[in-house]
Amino acid sequence: MYQVGSCNPLTKILDEINRDLPPEEKNAMRDRIVDGIYDSAEKIAGKVVSRENRKQINWDQKIDDIITSRLLGFPLMLILLGVVLWLTVTGANYPSQVLAAALFRLQDLLSGLFIQAGAPAWLHGLLVEGAYMSLAWVVSVMLPPMAIFFPLFTLLEDLGYLPRVAFNLDNFFRRAGAHGKQSLTMSMGFGCNAAGVISCRIIESPRERLIAILTNNFIPCNGRFPILITLSTVFMGGAVAASCRSAAATAVVVGLVLTGVIITLLVSKLLSKTLLRGAPSFFILELPPYRRPQAGRIIIRSVLDRTLFVLGRAVVVAVPAGVATWLLANTFIDSSSLLCYAAGSLDAFARHLGMDGFILIAFILGLPANEIVLPILLMGYISSGTMVEPDSLAALHNILVGQHGWTWFTALSVMLFSLLHYPCGTTLLTIFKETRSLKWTLIALLMPLSVALLVTFALTRAVRLLGLV
Amino acid sequence: MAFFKGACRKKNCWNQSVPQHQCPQMTIALAGNPNTGKSTVFNALTGLRQHTGNWPGKTVQRAEGSFYYKNKHFTLVDLPGTYSLFANSVDEQVARDYICFTRPDATVIVTDATCLERNLNLVLQVMEITPRVVVCVNLMDEAERKYIRVDVDLLSSELGVPVIATAARSGRSLDKLIDAIDRVASGRIKITPRLVTYDSEIEYLVQRIELKISPLIPAGLNPRWVALRLIDGDRGIIDSLQIYLDDDKKGSPQWGEEKILCTR
Repeated sequence: MYQVGSCNPLTKILDEINRDLPPEEKNAMRDRIVDGIYDSAEKIAGKVVSRENRKQINWDQKIDDIITSRLLGFPLMLILLGVVLWLTVTGANYPSQVLAAALFRLQDLLSGLFIQAGAPAWLHGLLVEGAYMSLAWVVSVMLPPMAIFFPLFTLLEDLGYLPRVAFNLDNFFRRAGAHGKQSLTMSMGFGCNAAGVISCRIIESPRERLIAILTNNFIPCNGRFPILITLSTVFMGGAVAASCRSAAATAVVVGLVLTGVIITLLVSKLLSKTLLRGAPSFFILELPPYRRPQAGRIIIRSVLDRTLFVLGRAVVVAVPAGVATWLLANTFIDSSSLLCYAAGSLDAFARHLGMDGFILIAFILGLPANEIVLPILLMGYISSGTMVEPDSLAALHNILVGQHGWTWFTALSVMLFSLLHYPCGTTLLTIFKETRSLKWTLIALLMPLSVALLVTFALTRAVRLLGLV
Repeated sequence: MAFFKGACRKKNCWNQSVPQHQCPQMTIALAGNPNTGKSTVFNALTGLRQHTGNWPGKTVQRAEGSFYYKNKHFTLVDLPGTYSLFANSVDEQVARDYICFTRPDATVIVTDATCLERNLNLVLQVMEITPRVVVCVNLMDEAERKYIRVDVDLLSSELGVPVIATAARSGRSLDKLIDAIDRVASGRIKITPRLVTYDSEIEYLVQRIELKISPLIPAGLNPRWVALRLIDGDRGIIDSLQIYLDDDKKGSPQWGEEKILCTR
C-alpha cells in the first residue's frame, strides 16, 4: 500500500502556502475570506430588500419577552406542562374505560369460541389470557393518553415553543456542565426515549452528547406515562374529593416529571465532574419566529409518526411478553408457579424498596418495553389469585389494594422506580447504535438502575423511620 | 403496454406514461439555513415518496425523496440545514462534500425572505462550488406580513442564477420552482453566476494556486474553490478529496501518476 497523505500533491501546495505566509497572516486568511462573502451578501441584500417603514408591533419580540423572562418564564413552563398533562389525564380516562370494556368483552367472546371449538386449556390460556390480554391492556391503557398527548406536544413544537424552553433551561444545564440543547433532547424524551437519544445528535460535542444520551432515561417516555397516570389516578386521586381527582393526579405526575428533570440535572453534574469531565461548550440558539401551526401536519405527524409508531412497537413487544408471562405463571413446580417462585425469591429484596416481588418481576420482564410493565404486573397478580377482569379503575384499585396490600407508598415507589430505572430495550439498542460502545450502553443501563435503587431504598427507609406507613 | 404499466406500478410511477428506467434521472440537492422552511419545501415537492437514513459513516440524518416532472425522474436529497459551508461542523461537512463531490444536477438553496442577507452568505458559498444553482426565496408570506419586499428579478441578475419567490407552507409558486429546477438541471438555461471578488491579495494568491492545482484535481471540481479552501487552511478538504477519489477509482490520470510515484 502507498502512503497517500504525505505526498498528496495538494498537501504539498498547502505546505507551500503555509511556508510563504507568515503565521499571523495565515490565521487572518479565513477571516478575510469570510469578510469578502459577508460584504457581497450585504451589498446584494441592500439592493434587493426594501422595508416599508410602517409602524408595526413586533409581536414575536413581545411574546418572547414574556415567555423567556426571568420572572414568568418558569411559571409559564410549569403551567403549560400542567395543562398538557391535565388534558391528557382527564381526556384519557373515559375512552380508556370504553376501550377496555370493549376489548375485554371481545376476550369473553374469544374464550367462548375456544371452549366451543373444544380447544385445550393451555392453548386458550396461551393465546387468550397471555397474548390477547396483554395486547388489550397495552391498547386500552396506552392509546388514549398518546392520542391526546402527542398532538398537544406536536402543537407546542409547531408553534415554536420548544426552542424557548431550551432558552429558559440553558442556564441550568450549563451549570450542570451539560449542553443547553440537552433540554431539547429531554423534551423529545417525553415522546420516546429512543427518539430522544437519536435527537442528541444535535449536540456537537461528544462529551455533552454522551451526558444527554445517558440522562435521557430520567424523562418519563410515553411508555411510562400510562403507568404514572393510572397509578396516580387510582391512588393519589382517590384520596381527595371526586371533583378534583384528575387535578390531584395531574399534580402528582407534574411532580414526578419535575423530579425527573432535577435528577437529570444532578446526574449531568455528577457525570461532568467524574466520567465525562469538561467545560460546557457555547452554542447559538436561534429562536425561530412563531408560526401558525398547521392542523393537518400536526395530526399526520402526531398520529402517523408518533402514536401509531409507538403503539405498533408496544404491540409487537407486548404479545410475546404476554405469552412468556403466561407460561411463567402457569408452569408449576410443586404446586407453585415459576412466576410465584421467582416473585417469592425477590420479595424480601423488593420490600426494602417499598415494592413486592411481583412488581420487580414485572420491571425485569418489562425490559423490552416499559409499556408492558403494568400489564405483566396485573397478569402476575391475577394468575396468582382470583380471576378478575380489570376493566375499570375501581377494579384495578380492588386488585392492588384489596388483594395485594398496596398502600399509597407502594404506588409512589413503583412510580419513582418506573421514572428512574433503566431505558427500555429499544432505547438501549439505540444508545448502542449511537455510541457504538458496549461500555456506554452498559453504563446507560446500570447508572439509572443504581439511581432508582438508591432513591427507592432511601425513601423506604425514611418513610419507615418516620412511621408513615 | 400492460407489461410496462405493471413494471411501472412497482416503482411508484404509475401515473407516468414512461417506465422509470426509461425516464432521464436527475439528482437535486436541497440546501439552506435552519428555519427557512427547507423541510416544508422538501415535503411539498416529494410528498410521501421519501425515505430516510444516515449519511454514510456519520450520525447525521439523510432524507431523500423523488418526484416526476416532464417525464423526468428527480431525486431530491435534503442536506442538513447549515449557515455556512466552512466545514466547522459535521453537518456543514456533509452538505459541502455532497455538493462538491457527488455533484448533483442542480442545487436548490432555500432562503428566508425575512432575513435574506444572512442567507445570502450560504448562497454565495454554494455558487463558488457549482454554477448549477436555483435560489428559492421562501417565507414570502411572512415577509409580506412584516412589510419586507424582495426584488426577485434584481436578485436574479445580481447573482446570475434563477431566483424563485415562494411560500412553501401554502404551496405558492412551487410549480415555478420545479420548472426552474428542471431548466437548470437539464442545462436549458444559461447561468452566469457572479462570484464573490475578494481583496486583491487573496485574488492574486487564488490565481497562482488555481494554475497549480487545476491539473491535479478531478474534472468538474472548481479549482478556484479548492484554491480558496487551501488558502484558508482547510486540511479537511484534502482528506475529503482523497476519500472521494479512493471511492471512485477512475480518478484523473494525474492523481494516478502521483500515486505511482509515491509507492516507489
